[in-house]
Amino acid sequence: MYVAVKGGERAIANAHALLADRRRGDRSVAEIEARQIDEQLSLAVDRVMSEGSLYDREIAALAIKQARGDLIEAIFLVRAYRTTLPRFGFAEPLDTQAMALSRRVSATFKDLPGGQVLGPTFDYTHRLIDFSLGEPADPPSPATVPADNAPTTPRVVDIIAGDDLIENSPPAKDGAPVADVTRDPTEFPADRDARLQTLARGDEGFLLGLGYSTQRGYGRNHPFVGEIRFGEIEVEMFVAELGFAVPLGSIAVTECQMVNQFTGGTDGEPARFTRGYGFVFGQSERKAMSMALVDRALRAEELAEQRIGPAQDAEFVLSHCDNVQATGFVEHLKLPHYVDFQAELALLRQLRTEDRGRTTEGYPSSVVRRPSSGARAAE
Amino acid sequence: MTARPYNFAYLDEQTKRMIRRSILKAIAVPGYQVPFASREMPMPYGWGTGGVQVTASIIGPGDVLKVIDQGADDTTNAVSIRAFFAKTAGVATTTDTTEATIIQTRHRVPETPLNREQILVYQVPIPEPLRFLEPRETETRTMHALAEYGVMHVKLYEDIARHGHIATTYAYPARVADRYIMDPSPIPKFDNPKLDDCPALQLFGAGREKRIYAIPPHTRVVSLDFDDHPFERTKFDAACEFCGSTDSFLDEVVVDDKGGRMFVCSDTDYCEKRQASKTKSAAE
Repeated sequence: MYVAVKGGERAIANAHALLADRRRGDRSVAEIEARQIDEQLSLAVDRVMSEGSLYDREIAALAIKQARGDLIEAIFLVRAYRTTLPRFGFAEPLDTQAMALSRRVSATFKDLPGGQVLGPTFDYTHRLIDFSLGEPADPPSPATVPADNAPTTPRVVDIIAGDDLIENSPPAKDGAPVADVTRDPTEFPADRDARLQTLARGDEGFLLGLGYSTQRGYGRNHPFVGEIRFGEIEVEMFVAELGFAVPLGSIAVTECQMVNQFTGGTDGEPARFTRGYGFVFGQSERKAMSMALVDRALRAEELAEQRIGPAQDAEFVLSHCDNVQATGFVEHLKLPHYVDFQAELALLRQLRTEDRGRTTEGYPSSVVRRPSSGARAAE
Repeated sequence: MTARPYNFAYLDEQTKRMIRRSILKAIAVPGYQVPFASREMPMPYGWGTGGVQVTASIIGPGDVLKVIDQGADDTTNAVSIRAFFAKTAGVATTTDTTEATIIQTRHRVPETPLNREQILVYQVPIPEPLRFLEPRETETRTMHALAEYGVMHVKLYEDIARHGHIATTYAYPARVADRYIMDPSPIPKFDNPKLDDCPALQLFGAGREKRIYAIPPHTRVVSLDFDDHPFERTKFDAACEFCGSTDSFLDEVVVDDKGGRMFVCSDTDYCEKRQASKTKSAAE
């Protein structure tokens, strides 16, 4: 019976105790440690950090354990923790040329300075279940090469930009304020910094679907993967008291630079490729690529393109890509709604009663003007 | 990662100050939706994060808090939110409408009239009354700015043309202080008349949508209607099975699988008080 939801404190406490029990599972099976999750389910940790907008492997791993592997639930836990943290300031812009690369591929050039580095990737694996993983095993140590002393690896888009064949990214302005979508409500039209921030913490699946839709004609933007790079990069923050930037530590990030459909060529401006940009914590090429496709699609207005696909509609994309918001609102439908439902039920019954009247009298009685009701007087 | 001591009522003081500024603006412009930098809360969006943030920003140690959902104090989400404030703010809680200084609500206005010492905080899912007529925020903000509400009247007119009635039974739009049209949150239209000239301050918080709006005390709130189709409060043909009330909002309870129904007050505090006074007078 629906009134069973009127249960009160004991029911909630019991439900949560049961949840904790189910999370632990069979006690004869060893309990998973957050450290194991961090080490062996590291891509899940990466996703939770990215969409949780908090670079903290330990917290993300613990959240995954607490959420029983439900990543959106884990992201939610991380967000609710993150929001209570004090904010000291903004990091200095990252120079991704200085990344210590684990992987770097370009689809636009066969070879290029710095080379193609496959790194740890599922690409080119055959997706056959590896039954040997049913038993613990130590995989052989991977091959290594002597450390490269080259301090930086140039970005592919910069190489293209050297020939003036791609639009220049607007240079960072010193001291210009940066949007913070966690501290200011998004306003439309949203600037690109706010858009990119929102996309960076947006749901991977939602952005994947939107990015995919641009490839199928709903706002096509002719993308080439200029470059995807994954590696470690140092984060620095300028400390006014010291007068210089201090390193805070290094984080693993994935960056995707798309080279897209060109503009110009007709208005006196030479034709140039355009850019789409994706950037996430940890290793997630799927997310970084989807983000880059959607970022480019959302530039439709700026580039005077016709907006025909949902991926090009900033209000649609930015208002719906956050999975914590989406899951909360979709799932709130399971909260009781019996007051509203009762009101609808009453109206529906009234309409049906009048409908029966209509067949005999020819029109619903309610259309006839009636004297002011008590409700009117009560207003 | 030991338990961190959270600030009084969870939110940090900077955040509370930001929310209070939005609330003050909302009170100054009745019915206008003020954007605010809504925070992530430890409960899901759509489950009262806006109301919780408003309550967290206005509550003080001396306040007495009541939380209701569907009119009842004992629904699971109301229990959860009440427990949240009992834990993070250590404030006194009550189920008695008259004792409370702050009442956070989802989907109902209490039957017991409110007084000037009280604040009613509504949890709002979709603050924009025009949202289902125009999905774009850029458009609806312009429509509010120009008080261009014709589309809403057309919608209500179409209801009448099709059904013979305005077919909106909850979240029934109202005009505040003769200016902004607001969504009173999904309260049944039965409750709309209580918004008008209410001595209590009414605050509306929408967390996911990042909006706060307000009805200051004793503000004129008029439910939209037409001269020949005046607003009508939902009336019930039944009386409450427990307290016999014929003028409160009733929930329909299915009592068996043979079509058996009974009606009971949705406002549990109101119903219990009436039952108690009946028992008392019977005993005397």
